[in-house]
Amino acid sequence: MLAIARQRILGQSFQNIRPAVSVLRSYSSAAKQITVREALNSALDEEMSADPKVFLMGEEVGEYQGAYKITKGLLEKYGPERVLDTPITEAGFTGIGVGAAYYGLKPVVEFMTFNFSMQAIDHIINSAAKSNYMSAGQISVPIVFRGPNGAAAGVGAQHSQCYAAWYASCPGLKVLSPYNSEDARGLLKAAIRDPDPVVFLENELLYGESFPVSDEVLDSSFCLPIGKAKIEREGKDVTITAFSKLVGYALKAAEILEKDGIYAEVINLRSIRPLDRSTINASVRKTNRLITVEEGFPQHGVGAEICASVVEESFAYLDAPVERIAGADVPMPYAANLERLAVPQIEDIVRAAKRACYRSVPLAATA
Amino acid sequence: MAFSTATAYFAPQPFPLNTASPRSHDNPLITPASASPFFGSTPKLRLSPSPKFNLHRRSGSGVSVSQVVKEKKPKSTRSLLITKDEGLELYEDMVLGRAFEDMCAQMYYRGKMFGFVHLYNGQEAVSTGFIKLLKQQDSVVSTYRDHVHALSKGVPARAVMSELFGKTTGCCRGQGGSMHMFSREHNVLGGFAFIGEGIPVATGAAFTSKYTREVLKEVDCDHVTLAFFGDGTCNNGQFFECLNMAALWKLPIVFVVENNLWAIGMSHLRSTSDPQIYNKGPAFGMPGIHVDGMDVLKVREVAKEAIARARRGEGPTLVECETYRFRGHSLADPDELRDPAEKERYAARDPIKALKKYIIESNLASEAELKAIDKKIDEVVEDAVEFADESPVPPRSQLLENVFADPKGFGIGPDGRYRCADPKFTEGTAHV
Repeated sequence: MLAIARQRILGQSFQNIRPAVSVLRSYSSAAKQITVREALNSALDEEMSADPKVFLMGEEVGEYQGAYKITKGLLEKYGPERVLDTPITEAGFTGIGVGAAYYGLKPVVEFMTFNFSMQAIDHIINSAAKSNYMSAGQISVPIVFRGPNGAAAGVGAQHSQCYAAWYASCPGLKVLSPYNSEDARGLLKAAIRDPDPVVFLENELLYGESFPVSDEVLDSSFCLPIGKAKIEREGKDVTITAFSKLVGYALKAAEILEKDGIYAEVINLRSIRPLDRSTINASVRKTNRLITVEEGFPQHGVGAEICASVVEESFAYLDAPVERIAGADVPMPYAANLERLAVPQIEDIVRAAKRACYRSVPLAATA
Repeated sequence: MAFSTATAYFAPQPFPLNTASPRSHDNPLITPASASPFFGSTPKLRLSPSPKFNLHRRSGSGVSVSQVVKEKKPKSTRSLLITKDEGLELYEDMVLGRAFEDMCAQMYYRGKMFGFVHLYNGQEAVSTGFIKLLKQQDSVVSTYRDHVHALSKGVPARAVMSELFGKTTGCCRGQGGSMHMFSREHNVLGGFAFIGEGIPVATGAAFTSKYTREVLKEVDCDHVTLAFFGDGTCNNGQFFECLNMAALWKLPIVFVVENNLWAIGMSHLRSTSDPQIYNKGPAFGMPGIHVDGMDVLKVREVAKEAIARARRGEGPTLVECETYRFRGHSLADPDELRDPAEKERYAARDPIKALKKYIIESNLASEAELKAIDKKIDEVVEDAVEFADESPVPPRSQLLENVFADPKGFGIGPDGRYRCADPKFTEGTAHV
């Protein structure tokens, strides 16, 4: 059921795409499986091959093959002038990327994790995001900042923060967060081709996960639109919005809920800024209940913005208060059991959905 | 070693230009601020007067060229440093900078200009000395004290004044303001409010020049970038990060320190462990040069060599220009901490007066010609103010414009379709 839903959505999104090598190819229905890592690597490879202005910079992207092996093989293929190993100077090399982008080069700056981007956040916000505005359109910054975001496993407070809300609050930036391999490929390609600064938030725990992808996704001109969310699973009782790793959790929660007769609609946000308010609102108007799921801190988080947007636009359609599931309001603890408590789990989503449906015990489906 | 100006007060010591000694740790100049020997040009300095200085990558010395230029006495029959045309160009540019900034102060106190305004009076020699040697495609990155850098680079006075008034005819349509002067056409890359922020951006622009030459194979691309920043910035981490990377990758950039000794009210000596900024160059493997920033000809000589070095692909240079700002840090700064005697000392070394004297004494031009230039500039500045006054304020619709280069901010191209759906969105074919 899931695959069919996805196939339909795929068809709708891509009808305008004419892939470069389309005609002779037959679109087989047997889907290939690739990991998110392979998806990102192939996207980078293809974009670098297509446009000589694209170059990579970051710590360990070259000889180490990437701290998480995302840039594996690219140094050998493109040489050290296009895959730059930088010293450990986030502020410096991010600024250098921005300066190069001012001149139309297309840097892809990797942060080993987005926590380290805080050392460079002045450049991301002040010299990248705001430049097109401050210069009244004279200087655009076609740069991509990418790297793993959010909690990994047992890495402690300083390596676990989710930055979606921080960057998404800033005008001038586009913030994307892929979930599966198709998202990773399509959104990264779109980000690299986009003339504006894009913050691309990946997730370390998803890198090794495989997802089925169709042939269209594997084509070199495949791209996803920026600013459109995807409905991963259709439903009619409650809307669950999520991004990145938690989309997986939401989908699993939806399966559990289905056994209790609650059909949840899962929206994969894909784009945090610009937020696809129309898709979210349309879904809420259909289901009348909303749960927002995110990994970051609850205050001023992505869920807060979605809740406000829904209250502003679809208040009359809400049958229950909006439930916000977020990480615990504490720096990430180290102990494994505490860490599990600090990050949303599938049970939390299921419980919240039931609360929103005013059902805390399993009952036959109604409505 | 390289303590050129400091040593003059202690004992005139000759020092060779190419000393192989590592950074010395004797630091004779921590003296009470008012009597510091670090400031002020030193006619007593003796130094081997060869105008061609070799800047070895690993040389441990900084170099002062004060003496180099001083030796060329204007009244002699030896060849002059500048031609008449160059002299008048330099004079005009400095007078434009000064007149413009003075007018800014007037306009601010009349309420036409608002917010933070940082004026450049007294430092014109640095801007003129360096920027007038650049081509249009070379780029300049500055700080919030950027009006005169923009003017020297060629941005029209009208555009800068309108920008300061916040009118839609400004160089950034009124959206940038005093601290954010950008010009694509003249390659002025800002205008940054955070100190140290412009240095990595400038390094990136220099990186682009090298990348364009080596990867994109435009072999005659020799664009140079100048990064201007102050003494306070030289304690900031980003400065050192960029010195490292620029030297590591041999980028065509010149780091120009406008050392005016004061960071708002913080004296350079109170905040810096080694106040001689040019020493920081050799630590990273690039030459560090100290020059008298109140003399445009000296600055110009140093700039010529540094820019030529960068163009030849030999890498970055750190140039410390000892200069002074006649006004406070900004127009809101009461400027109480600086010693009036220090201000007078520097006012006596006003770069415009010095150049004027040089031009007249070398018979390059007459007083009348210079006065004509003064008058012309006054008219240019008046015209700029009138233009700015009469320009319209930005319309309401302009508020939400220019946030993204992509017109709707949703990955939607000019034709209204999603960019990703356009088969031409990929340039070239990808082979994986």
